Amino acid sequence: MHRDVEVRARETRLRGLLLAGMAGDADAYGTFLKELATHLRAFLRKRLANLPDEVEDLVQECLLAVHNHRDTYDPAEPLTAWLHAIAKYKLVDRLRQRAHREARSDSLDDAYELFSFGDADAASARMDVAKLLARLPERQRVPIVHMKLEGLSVVETARATGMSEVAVKVAVHRGLKALAAMVKVRS
Amino acid sequence: MKTEELIDFLAARTTPVEANVVARRFAAALGWGAFCTTLLMALVLGVRADLMSALHLPMFWIKLALPLVVALASARAITRLARPGGRVAWAPFVGAAPIAAIWGFALAVLVVTPAEARVPLVMGSTWRFCLLAVPLLSLPPFVAIVWAIRGLAPTRLAYAGAAAGLLAGSLAEAIYALHCPEMAAPFLAVFYVGAMLVPGVVGFILGPRLLRW
Repeated sequence: MHRDVEVRARETRLRGLLLAGMAGDADAYGTFLKELATHLRAFLRKRLANLPDEVEDLVQECLLAVHNHRDTYDPAEPLTAWLHAIAKYKLVDRLRQRAHREARSDSLDDAYELFSFGDADAASARMDVAKLLARLPERQRVPIVHMKLEGLSVVETARATGMSEVAVKVAVHRGLKALAAMVKVRS
Repeated sequence: MKTEELIDFLAARTTPVEANVVARRFAAALGWGAFCTTLLMALVLGVRADLMSALHLPMFWIKLALPLVVALASARAITRLARPGGRVAWAPFVGAAPIAAIWGFALAVLVVTPAEARVPLVMGSTWRFCLLAVPLLSLPPFVAIVWAIRGLAPTRLAYAGAAAGLLAGSLAEAIYALHCPEMAAPFLAVFYVGAMLVPGVVGFILGPRLLRW
């Protein structure tokens, strides 16, 4: 409900600024473009999460498109729908161009990239890590929690647990092995 | 260029926007397209010799109304589709109504016609020519309408292309109707509708290439 009101207020504000700009008010138009740029950036960043370098470029392309085609805005229609259609069109067009380019050029880097990240989300989501950890002996569990979950170094973990550095390394190694075995049994 | 610089650059170039750009572009395109097609029809094909007496027949006006209503609906659709986020709303229903009506009419005519006379009623004597001439006559308005859209900002290119083709086809067909001697509803239901749809399908296929911006 609150979001709804906010969005509607923004629509009214931006629409007023654009219409003033279309009538020749440069200040209102500049403000409109500035505020639009922040919305576009957020919109595109969310949809181009793996192409962060493209975001600003596309923001500018959308701003240019809005500017060049501002005469196609029908004041009887909601501004949001008009802007969204332009941003989505430019986004899809860019992605299609990219796909086209990538389909023609097989880069070795792309093939390599496929194996350089492993995504075990699907498997790990089903398992409750905390529950598995609870089944480890404390001597292994505490160093693992410190090092793998809290991100402490070996030295820091050793100091926090009072164990020697070698003991920490051995405990983490054994603990992870035991965890891996538990995961294997489960799946 | 930084985004702030671009914004300052654009804001400094604010000139008052002319109103009704969409309507004026399409009016110009349709005017030129209709003019060229009428000229082509009159010079190359010739107006039907019995046009004056045909004006008194209701069938002549039905034949003219079928493409004109489709043209009206596609014109409405294209002025919406040429803008980002434009919704066509009722246009497809208005465009489909005369087609459904002529099909109903043709079916009624065929039912009361003796079996052996049915096929000639459907095929007429000019069906090949009709299927060829209407798409060819639709080329001038099609080019003009595509020009009009290219100055605007369509975001659904295949649909915009289809509406452009349908508008060009129906306009060309209304003009072709001044030449065409066929007067049977079954012929209109099959070949007038079919000939009109050809440019529409072509527009649907070519739209994404022709209208990209």
